[in-house]
This record gives sequence, C-alpha cells and structure tokens, in this order.
Amino acid sequence: MKRLGRAVLGHQPIGLIFGAPYAVFIALLFAYPLGLAVWISFHHYFFTAPGVSVPRPYVGLENYRAVIDDPAVRQAFLNVAVFLVINVPLTVALSLLVATALNAAIPFRSFFRTSFYVPYVTASVAMVGVWLFMFSSGGVVNHVLGPLAPVPVWLINQNWAMPSIAIYVTWKSLGFFILLYLAALQTVPKELYESAMVDGASWWGRFKAVTIPGVRQATTLVTILAVITGANLFTEPYLMTGGGGPNGKSTSPVLLMYQTGIEQNHPDFASALGVLLVIGVLLVFGVQWLLERRRT
Amino acid sequence: MKKSRALLAAVIALPLGLAAVGGGVSSASSLAGTRGSNGTSGSTTAQGPINIWYSNNAQEVAWGEKMVASWNAANPRQKVTGQQIPSAQSSEEVIGAAITAGSEPCLIYNTSPASVPTFEQQGGLVPLNGFPGAASYIEGRTGPSANVYKSPDGLFYQMPWKSNPVMIFYNKKEFAKAGISTTKPPLGSYSQFLATAKKLVSSGVAKYAIYPSPSSEFYQSWYDFYPLYAAESGGQELVVNKKATFDDAAGKAVAAFWAQLYSQNLAGKETVNGDTFADGTSAMAIVGPWAVVTYQGKVDWGVVPVPTTKGSYGDQVPTFSDAKNMSMYASCKNRLTAWNFLKFSTSPTEDGKLLDTTGQMPMRQGIQQVYASYFKANPAYKEFAAEAAHVIEVPNVNNSIQVWQVFRDAWSKSVIFGKQSPSAALAGAAAQIDKLVQSNSSGEP
Repeated sequence: MKRLGRAVLGHQPIGLIFGAPYAVFIALLFAYPLGLAVWISFHHYFFTAPGVSVPRPYVGLENYRAVIDDPAVRQAFLNVAVFLVINVPLTVALSLLVATALNAAIPFRSFFRTSFYVPYVTASVAMVGVWLFMFSSGGVVNHVLGPLAPVPVWLINQNWAMPSIAIYVTWKSLGFFILLYLAALQTVPKELYESAMVDGASWWGRFKAVTIPGVRQATTLVTILAVITGANLFTEPYLMTGGGGPNGKSTSPVLLMYQTGIEQNHPDFASALGVLLVIGVLLVFGVQWLLERRRT
Repeated sequence: MKKSRALLAAVIALPLGLAAVGGGVSSASSLAGTRGSNGTSGSTTAQGPINIWYSNNAQEVAWGEKMVASWNAANPRQKVTGQQIPSAQSSEEVIGAAITAGSEPCLIYNTSPASVPTFEQQGGLVPLNGFPGAASYIEGRTGPSANVYKSPDGLFYQMPWKSNPVMIFYNKKEFAKAGISTTKPPLGSYSQFLATAKKLVSSGVAKYAIYPSPSSEFYQSWYDFYPLYAAESGGQELVVNKKATFDDAAGKAVAAFWAQLYSQNLAGKETVNGDTFADGTSAMAIVGPWAVVTYQGKVDWGVVPVPTTKGSYGDQVPTFSDAKNMSMYASCKNRLTAWNFLKFSTSPTEDGKLLDTTGQMPMRQGIQQVYASYFKANPAYKEFAAEAAHVIEVPNVNNSIQVWQVFRDAWSKSVIFGKQSPSAALAGAAAQIDKLVQSNSSGEP
C-alpha cells in the first residue's frame, strides 16, 4: 500500500499540492477549451441559451473543408505569413541589438530601459490612436518622406497595410523582448569577451562570436513568442485598418474567427479555423526545433 | 516519478474527454420545443424585481435613470434595476455572450433588429405575443410599420422602440465659405451632390466632402449604401422574399455614385479617430439625429434627405431607420413585470421624455402631432420626425449578420478601394446572400 502510494504520489507528495493549482488552471482554462474547440470543429454547432437543446450532428471534416475553401481564410493566412516574415526577424534583430546596447555602460541606461518598455505596457487602443495619426496622409511619417510616401497612404495601401502593422507590433512589443535578452546577457561570461578582446576581436566580432551564441536559448524563446504573437493578431487589424482592410489585405485568422464565431454565431467554422491555426503554429515550431537540433 | 507525471497528464487530459462526452449528451431535442417556453409554467404571470440594460449614450442613460426611478417609486415591490450595457466591441457581441451564459437581463433597450434572427436562433428571446394584448399594443403604438418587426413565424420578438432616420447633415459655415446656399443646398440629385462635393473640396473649406466610416464592420453599410438604396429604390429592403434585391438598377446607381466620391477623393478612405464632421475635416455627414448632441457647440448644421438619381426633395424620401428596439430575454423570470415595465417605458409620457432628452424618434404614430410643442421648440428636428414615417428596416432573415458582412466586403473591395467593378461586386454579393438567406439558420442549405 505504501509502495503504491509512493508510486502514485512520488517521493515528495507535497510537490503535487504545490503544483495542483497551476495544473487545475491549465486544465480548466486551456486544455478544456482547446478540447471543446476540437470537438465543436467536428460538429454543427452554434451558441444557445442555457437549457436550449438543439441537434449537434457530427459532420466529420465539413467545417475544415469550408475553412479551406474560403478565400478569405487563405488570404488571412497569407497575411499572417507576411506579418511573420517581417515581424520575427525584425523583433529578434532589434531587441538583441538594443539589449546589447542597454547592457553596456551608457548614460541614462535606466531611462532608456524604461522608455523601451513603456509601449509594451500601454493600452493598445491608445497606441493605435497615435500610430493612426502618424501614418495618416497628413501624418508625420508622410511629411518626412515627402514624395517617397506611398500612394494610397500606408494603412489603406494593399501592399503596405500588413507591413505597417508588423512594424507597429515590433515597436510595441520590443520592450518585452529586450527584457528577455537583457536577462540572457547577464549569463554570458565576461571572460569570453575579455579573451576575444585579447585575441583582437572587433565589436562586431565579439557580438558574432560571443553574444549571439551566448543568448541562443533566449533567441529561441523570442522567436517562439513572436510567432505566437503573430498567430494571435487581432487588435491591430481591427483598429488600425478598420477590420482587416483594405480589401482583406490585413485580415488575420483570429479576426476571422471573431467575425464568424462571435458576430455571426458560427463557432463550428471558427473552431476549425482555430484548430488549423494551432496546427500551423506547431508546424512552425517543429521546423524551428529541427533546425535547432541540427545546429546543436 | 514517471508514473506520477503520467497521472498528472491524465488529470489534465481528462477534461478533454469530458468535453467531448458532455457535448454529445447535449444534442438531444430540438430548438423549436424550447423556444415556446415563454408563457408556459405561468411565467408570463410572474411578478417581482427585474434587471434591464440601456445604451451607454449619455442622453439615454439620463432618460433611463429617470424612467426607472419613476417606475420604482410607483412599484416598490417590482423593483427595476437599470444599468448601462457592458462595454465591448459591439452591443450585439455582449448580448450574444450574455444569452449563451444565461446572464442577460429581462429587457435590453439596445437591441439591433439585425441581430434579432441570431438571438432567436440562440433561443434567447421571448415572443411578446404570449402576453395578452401585446400584438395590438405594439401595432397600436407604431402603426402598420410594426409588421416589419415581426419574425418569419409571425411573432414579435422585438418591440419597435425608436428610430434615427439617416439623413445628410451639412456644415452651414463651410457651405457659406464655399459660396453654396445654406438654406437650399444643391444636394438632392447625384449630379448636384457631386458638384457640391467638388466645390467644397476644391475651395479648401474641408479636406473631404463627406466621410462615412470606410471600415469593414458588417454594420457600416447602414450609413453609406443602405439609406441611399432605400431612397433610390423607393423603400426596398436589401432582401425580399429570400432574394437579394440590390443587384438592380437602384443598387448599381448608388454604388456608382459612392464610387465616384471615393475615386475623386471627395470621401475619405482612411480609418480615423473621432468625428470628422464635428472637427471640420468633412463638410457633410450621413447619420441620424442621435449624433446631434455631438455637434452641439461645434457645428452649425442643417439637414437634407439623402440624394437620388432624379433628385430627392421634401420630407418623404425613404431612408434607413437605424432603429434600436426592446426585447425580452429568455432568462427573465418575472416576465409580467417586464412586460408591464416595457409598456410603461413606451407610454406617450415616456416616449415624450425620450424625445425631449435624446432627440431620437419614438416609433409612435403621428409623433409630429402628439409632441407638437417639442417640434415647435426644436424645428430642426421636424425633418427627422417627417422622415421617421418613411424609413425601411434591415431584413429579418437567416444569417443576417453574415449577409451584411458579405455585402460590406464586396462594397469595400469595389466601391471604396476600386479593386473590382461595383456591378460585378454587387452581383457576386447577391449570389452569396441568396444562398445564405435560403439556407437554414445553422448554415445548412
């Protein structure tokens, strides 16, 4: 009996008690909704009032077929791909460079660290308002660029709407990623820099040979989080481009999920779209994991 | 250690299985049986405290608070608790979520007619016909136009409450600066409107002639296409007899008109913060009387009917109602109190107070005569009152919100951004909408 108890509860049963609240949290708020979403995606389903019972027949892959056949969905995935191609490298490069600079002994270091973090903790609605002014036809960006400014203006330009959103999201979330890199930079041994200097390495040489390999794990984390941010894109296209405009060129899958699932009461379609999105993100991680594995 | 990890994994995975099983169990009987729950078990005779939600518009809040206080003073045992509708992207989203959670109040004074089919599908609405004399009360107050608000099953799931006839507001100061008449502005026909718009922009008095929201939300077509389509078509709804109507000469004329405004930069295409008419960016706006309060002290405005090809003059030009109605929701226990309160809040006295406080038009027959003193004191509102008798509504059809989203996407692509010919876009949207309204409410053909 004692052996069985130990086999089930382990050598330190108290650990289970400490871990239980988080396990319950994960089960209730992540695992259950995810499981329910997968179930909904294989059925005809719409939201009803409590006590209202309706047939919810199994429809196999019908919802998935509807999602894949919908040109708006294909456009939304393409838009997110554009977003990720711009946002992820830009986020990694800028946050690492700025973190390296902020890690050095520069004047007003604390001020700069705070300044970069402020956009991240400021309400998106307020930030979007400022960027709408900046990127409008009479905004400061067009004033600076003069004749080089695109026509039509950024957020109503089919080619520039999504890149503009990617740049905005990069700027807004930069502070958080800088923080991750700053923490990682503290773990890079100073001796490595000193020996590189003794060997005559330039700043760029030290950055390439010591800093980048030293923060590789942080880079993996930053990449994963940036991809998740991109996959969850909603607020920015909703507010900056008036619900995915122009002409659907900044619609994101999550925005479509909101329109179909919440506004139009077709959660079956929205769930199938959500499941495909999760699979897409997992595929990106899988590729990244394989590349990482090959490198190490 | 590995075993305990496996146990933990099983604990996490268990809810997934339960979710699947639980979902299967719930698919038992049909919606039709439960929708008739109103009136059963004596619920239409239950009295007691109730909750209501009203709009978060400051004027409506002021009216709502006074009205509730007045009821409570006379009915202390049937206390009504009023509150503003919770904030979200849209009222429809909040109400839909509340119905699903069973947390909606008895009455909501902000129910969009376009959402009624969805709320019905959810089993979230109580048909008012279950109360003795309800149909005659509604029809007696609103007149024959109340029939528009009946659902396809012939029942009233909404009580027509107030309308905001959409018209063209113009800035008298900017018109005067551009040398355009401020008493009889040439805005009746499309050609006059375009000429006036060009004059306004070329004279530099305003950056844009008019600036309806160019964004893609499903409801935005209620404030550009639909009022003009109502006028041009002589009062035709978007869908009639389960067929889209707008792929006709009237729809094409309206689309071509707006496309000219956009292509000539007379209407703005960018998403903006704030009200472009109030801040002078545009010289005209296309809204209803609810917006008047936002222009007070900022714009000296005048108002005319929306234009048509041949020219629309007078005060009998059809337009979109932009109505907000009252509905009783399924979670309501004390339904008799709710029904009596609903009648109280739509009495001639309360309708008069609503008009006085908000400037919005109660959907009551002959408001110009009933509230003659108000219109004498506020002549600017006479036009809205006259128009209120000629409004059209959104169609009460299956997949209503999806229908409007399909229309908006086609409009946005063709008319606003010019990536497709408006005629082709209207034809494509009409074909899609025909399929949507002819399928059942869960999307099956």
